Amino acid sequence: MKIIITISGNTIDSPLDPRFGRAAAFCLVDSETGEWTVHQNPALSASGGAGVQAAQLIAKLGAQAVISGSYGPNAANTLSPAGIEMYLAPTGETLTAAQVLALFQTGKLSKAQTATHAGHHGGGY
Amino acid sequence: MRIVVASGKGGTGKTTIATSLALAAAEGETVRVLDCDVEAPNAALFLHPTLNQRKEVGILLPVVDETFCTYCGRCAEVCEYHAIAVIGKKTLVFPELCHGCGSCTLNCPKKAIRERLDVMGVLESGPTPGGIDFARGVMNVGEPMAVPIIRELKKWKPMSLQAAANRAAEHIETKQRSNPLIDEGIALGESVPRTSSPQGYDIIEIRDAPPGASCPVVETMRGADFALLVTEPTPFGLHDLKQVAEIAHKLGIPAGVVINRDGIGDNAVDAWCAEANLPILMRIPMERRFAEAIASGQTLVEAAPEYRTAFQTLLQDITARVAV
Repeated sequence: MKIIITISGNTIDSPLDPRFGRAAAFCLVDSETGEWTVHQNPALSASGGAGVQAAQLIAKLGAQAVISGSYGPNAANTLSPAGIEMYLAPTGETLTAAQVLALFQTGKLSKAQTATHAGHHGGGY
Repeated sequence: MRIVVASGKGGTGKTTIATSLALAAAEGETVRVLDCDVEAPNAALFLHPTLNQRKEVGILLPVVDETFCTYCGRCAEVCEYHAIAVIGKKTLVFPELCHGCGSCTLNCPKKAIRERLDVMGVLESGPTPGGIDFARGVMNVGEPMAVPIIRELKKWKPMSLQAAANRAAEHIETKQRSNPLIDEGIALGESVPRTSSPQGYDIIEIRDAPPGASCPVVETMRGADFALLVTEPTPFGLHDLKQVAEIAHKLGIPAGVVINRDGIGDNAVDAWCAEANLPILMRIPMERRFAEAIASGQTLVEAAPEYRTAFQTLLQDITARVAV
């Protein structure tokens, strides 16, 4: 299964980035083989709609699930229709993407059904 | 000639200046007042227009017809605001992110997108007892964007001119969609035709701007011939004056300052204006009788008729500066 983990660096040993739409980068990892690649987030500097843009990239990369710290309403409303599952990583301690992957593989991560925060702005200012 | 009355800081007296300038100008000129403070328009309280026309305004949101959509993703690619997304066999529209620019509709190769008006507020207009053509925008409660309403308000024409414009429009091919971003001259320095009456006389258009220094103020100023910046001689007044003066400067609009409540605070506004080469065109002292009159719904020129001459001089001064 192909999974995206939001990260703040360039490798699978980089720390988790708890933001989804504004994550620095996405680590695409195959949960069976452990093979991974890193993709920069084009939405990092978007003036608005970062969640929508980031979710589209993830769908294009063919991921079936994403692991991040939180999801805004636009991100959730784009990921859900795409059938991409949203998992929540613990954000209290700094974990690397590899550690987060291990938690996922042992079934220790919970799923978010809807957005976990109310969004950053209505857009348009 | 289009004059914007702006301030940055709220409560410095924008509407006080705009309404009295309009009344003084209306003694010899054709005057139009646009209350562009669409979140809290209050100029009507002073000018008492008969608001006999009403028009709903907003932006055009895309509506995707799934029977024609091939999910090619072109709409999502061209959307500057990420308000439309294509995921697999679904095209999603996010109305709260959409600015109504029309790019997705124009670029759809299958013409699968039509548009619907998303109403954000109303334009209300009508004449005042003093013969001023008055119009204001009123934004619906809870709407996040004031700019589309201000953009529509700036296009407003009084009834007689509107009828003439409609007749002219019948003879023009109207198939092509107009781009709202281009209509009012978004490009800096682009020359905008001067407002003229059918007789060829210059109309004085006075725009009462919203407070602040964000997009609604920029939209109100865009296309204006002169920015009249109302401030008070306090640190807050000066701080925000600098911001709006910068906007006027970037838009290439000549500006001048009115110091209201002169005598309170300090001399920092005077000093900065001298340094920035911004002329101080009028001073209104802090007087209790002005505050009382305005609080009871009177304009400054009604409460203190001696200011009529001062406002007429102000108008001549502005006219001379615009002509340069």
